[in-house]
Amino acid sequence: MSTYAYYPGCSLHGTAKEYDRSARLVCQALGLELREVEDWNCCGASSAHMVSHWLALSLPARNLQPVEKMGLETMTVPCAACYARLKDVSCELKDPEVRAKIGRVLGDQVTGRVTVEPLIGTLTTQEILDKAASLIVKPLTGLKVATYYGCLLTRPPKVAQFDDPENPQSMDRLLRTLGSEVVEWYFKTECCGASLPVARTDIVLDLSRKLLAAAKKAGAEAIVTACPMCHSNLDSRQGEIRGRYGDDFKMPIFFFTELLGLALGYPARELLIANHLTDALSLLQGRGLA
Amino acid sequence: MPRIGVFVCHCGSNIAATVDCAGVAEATRGFPGVVHAADFKYLCAETGQNLIRDAIAEHRLNRVVVASCSPRMHEPTFRKAVAQAGLNPYLMEMANIREHCSWVHADRQVATAKATEIIRMVVAKVARNEPLTAKQVGLTKRLLVIGGGIAGIQAALDVANAGYQVTLVERTPTIGGKMAMLDKTFPTLDCSACILTPRMVELSQHPNIELRTYAEVLSVKGFVGNFEVEILQKARKVNHLTCTGCGTCWQKCPEKNVPSEFDVGMGRRTASYIPFPQAVPNKPVSDTANCRSVRHLAAKERGEKLMECRVCEKLCPTKSIDWEQKDEIIVDRFGAIIVANGYDTFDHSVYGEYGYGKYPDVITGLQLERLMNASGPTKGEVVRPSDGKHPHSVVFLACVGSRDDKVGRPYCSKICCMYTAKHALMLKEHDPNIQTYVFYLDIRAAGRGYEEFVRRVQEEYGSTYIRGRVSWIYPQDGKLIIKGEDTLLGRPVEVEADLVVLATGITAASGAVDLMQTIGISYDTYGFINEMHPKLRPVETNTDGVYLAGCASGPKDIPDSVSQASAAAVKVCGLFSQDYLTTDPMTSVVDQMKCVGCFLCEEVCPFRAVERETLRGGKVVARINESVCKGCGLCVAACRGEALNLKGFTDQQLLAQVTALLRA
Ligand SMILES: Cc1cc2nc3c(=O)[nH]c(=O)nc-3n(C[C@H](O)[C@H](O)[C@H](O)COP(=O)(O)OP(=O)(O)OC[C@H]3O[C@@H](n4cnc5c(N)ncnc54)[C@H](O)[C@@H]3O)c2cc1C
Ligand code: SF4
Ligand code: SF4
Repeated sequence: MSTYAYYPGCSLHGTAKEYDRSARLVCQALGLELREVEDWNCCGASSAHMVSHWLALSLPARNLQPVEKMGLETMTVPCAACYARLKDVSCELKDPEVRAKIGRVLGDQVTGRVTVEPLIGTLTTQEILDKAASLIVKPLTGLKVATYYGCLLTRPPKVAQFDDPENPQSMDRLLRTLGSEVVEWYFKTECCGASLPVARTDIVLDLSRKLLAAAKKAGAEAIVTACPMCHSNLDSRQGEIRGRYGDDFKMPIFFFTELLGLALGYPARELLIANHLTDALSLLQGRGLA
Repeated sequence: MPRIGVFVCHCGSNIAATVDCAGVAEATRGFPGVVHAADFKYLCAETGQNLIRDAIAEHRLNRVVVASCSPRMHEPTFRKAVAQAGLNPYLMEMANIREHCSWVHADRQVATAKATEIIRMVVAKVARNEPLTAKQVGLTKRLLVIGGGIAGIQAALDVANAGYQVTLVERTPTIGGKMAMLDKTFPTLDCSACILTPRMVELSQHPNIELRTYAEVLSVKGFVGNFEVEILQKARKVNHLTCTGCGTCWQKCPEKNVPSEFDVGMGRRTASYIPFPQAVPNKPVSDTANCRSVRHLAAKERGEKLMECRVCEKLCPTKSIDWEQKDEIIVDRFGAIIVANGYDTFDHSVYGEYGYGKYPDVITGLQLERLMNASGPTKGEVVRPSDGKHPHSVVFLACVGSRDDKVGRPYCSKICCMYTAKHALMLKEHDPNIQTYVFYLDIRAAGRGYEEFVRRVQEEYGSTYIRGRVSWIYPQDGKLIIKGEDTLLGRPVEVEADLVVLATGITAASGAVDLMQTIGISYDTYGFINEMHPKLRPVETNTDGVYLAGCASGPKDIPDSVSQASAAAVKVCGLFSQDYLTTDPMTSVVDQMKCVGCFLCEEVCPFRAVERETLRGGKVVARINESVCKGCGLCVAACRGEALNLKGFTDQQLLAQVTALLRA
């Protein structure tokens, strides 16, 4: 059994509890042990790097230290925003001067030896895909989905080292493995409005609406995400979008771990899918998946 | 006894600002053999040279040290000056106290001391200099031009018109290069073919020019005036001596679906083909990868069955089809080479945000040229490759594969701003209702009439120029959506288009690096040829007798390519106007008594200057061909028996220099 340090971040303890729950369940089923990073703190997204470079590095760096103390080498991160910050600092720490300075800020020695992965990466290696295929209980046959990676997971390409920065593939492969049909669309890495829903709701509504419309047009019945911020924008704003633009999408938004959990036989209830603000259960019930 | 004169130059303030020149001159008076020392403001000036000449006479000097700039700058000047005073020019040595001293130090005291030490070493060396005499060798007054684009054509014509023999080697079946593919040319909009094809015909009919198309250079040996070149003539499977170019074969060839290189994939051609109607030579080549008969022969050799075709063979009225024709290697001698291998355009399939080269209606500027061209695949109708419909809205993207570190191309391709403006204008001429948008970073239009041209396109032809890089293109409802930022307004923009044209940048021609290595000339990280000097020797390479022209050394438009070609031609004519070439006497020599015949020197010599000689006793020893030797000294370092020595840089001279420094 491989063991990963797991950094849930604030969303997974708050607005995206279903992501946390489903992530833990599927990892268990697939033989991956997740150990939550001890005494973790805020990763700094999405405001620290707007105010101070060193704060933006030190906050995530402080989350890498306990991982080594836990005797682990790799950290897996479900939230795309946390991942972007943690991955960035893990790259910056290759520079001995940065290491020394952050060490002084944190009052502790920093080695920069921990590898940071996004959960979507951890769960889409060939080995895991094969394993998932062998464990499928309820294939997602006929479910047409649009995979949505968001703007943070693949960028900047040199740091993120994702499979393909403009047309990423790993989530597509996973969903095809689970039996669903992945529609072709061009908005996989477009912005949903990210952290602006409070300050500039208008922008979030505009961008999210475009995404929803494009997915619908491409023939998708649902959008699958790997980011709690994307999920929250797309899932919770459909009512306001209807109010402002008149479009009634009724588009269920899933975390990829939820669909993986369903395919592996977990009931929707246990995966907390009822927490979504846009109804997702009807679609699943219609397909005999919930 | 050496009687050495030392002359210290101020180089205005270049040296004098950090080195106490008078003090240095004074200090050198005490060096062994020095009988005279002086300093002067500009030694390279006529007055400075007179100073040296007069001192040679007055003080009966038999050795001279000029302490000034790098010998790369003025060695010929001062050699000539001492020769005029009756001294062997190789008895003059330069001490570099500018590049090696004054320019790189700030502390006057330290720099002065260092300059003195540099001169001390050179004085020790010059005392051991021997008079040397330059040799003369004959030259072959024939030019090889590599590449038959406008640059190669112009250079070949200029040199041939001056009365010299020229061979032009072009790797495709026709000359003309990219210019033949263009529709109109900025900024005057003359028709590209109309101004080019007369030159192509003139070249093919010129009595002094031998044209070798479908041919490549395999190897280059020798040196300026005497290059020996192997040329590969690829098999055309058509005998060009008997072929009349009647066109039967390419009209009847049943293999009609080969993507045309000349139309950049916008059109199709047959297997037996001429690239375009005005091709020179106007005789076909049977492309062996696609010809059914050639494929049949190859399959037979592998013991497989494949239908044979032979339509052209049966129909050719002059019986010129020759399936047995093989590649041929021709060895020829030339006195000079002009490299004009041109350019290719950047492959935009690395841009994921523009669809990885997979959207049919995202095309390149060169493809648009073919669509606009009356003799192109659509007879000049600009239509969308996807559905053949006329576009109503066209978006241009400048700087694709230029000025972009992300794709490893930091440089500006120089011509794409101009050709994009030309395209926007031409489209409006084709269809006045068309809407054009140009996304650009900056407009680079620095040529006579160029800025005015771009202005006209914006003001009279109503093209909308938007400053910013496009971040994303995606298809939607049969159209393309282009998203980017208007950096002048600081706002995101979105434009809907039927056709997108990418101004793909200029890259080195495919195979450029291999070609440069074959010839032995230096090139930059992008595969463009390095000039001998970017300002003062822009058409010479670092190898004597090899010149460059056109886009081979970086992005250029047609006027620049042609100017360079004529400049290179003048250099060649200058070379050919001499009956003998004077060779540098600083070559290596073998002491045949010491040579043990191991021939390590033969192995290391990059110029193949080492020959073998059998002495009377039967012992085989090395001998240096002085007209081939470049004096690089590799063999001297390799020789274990100290049998080799380099004239002008003997072991004794170099040791004396080092000793002088260490003893000081
Ligand atoms: C879309 C577009 C539009 C343009 N419009 C204009 C315009 O309007 N006005 C203008 O002034 N300029 C224009 N240009 C620029 C113009 O094309 C060049 O300035 C010109 O073609 C350069 O000529 P060249 O001979 O150096 O290179 P090329 O035309 O590339 O010719 C090089 C030749 O060498 C051959 N070759 C390459 N390698 C070898 C080898 N190893 N052995 C033998 N042969 C070899 C090639 O096959 C080719 O025939 C445009 C360019 C583009 C891309
Ligand atoms: S010429 Fe213009 S379009 Fe071409 S690279 Fe330079 S700035 Fe960009
Ligand atoms: S010095 Fe020696 S190695 Fe160099 S070119 Fe001459 S013979 Fe060849």
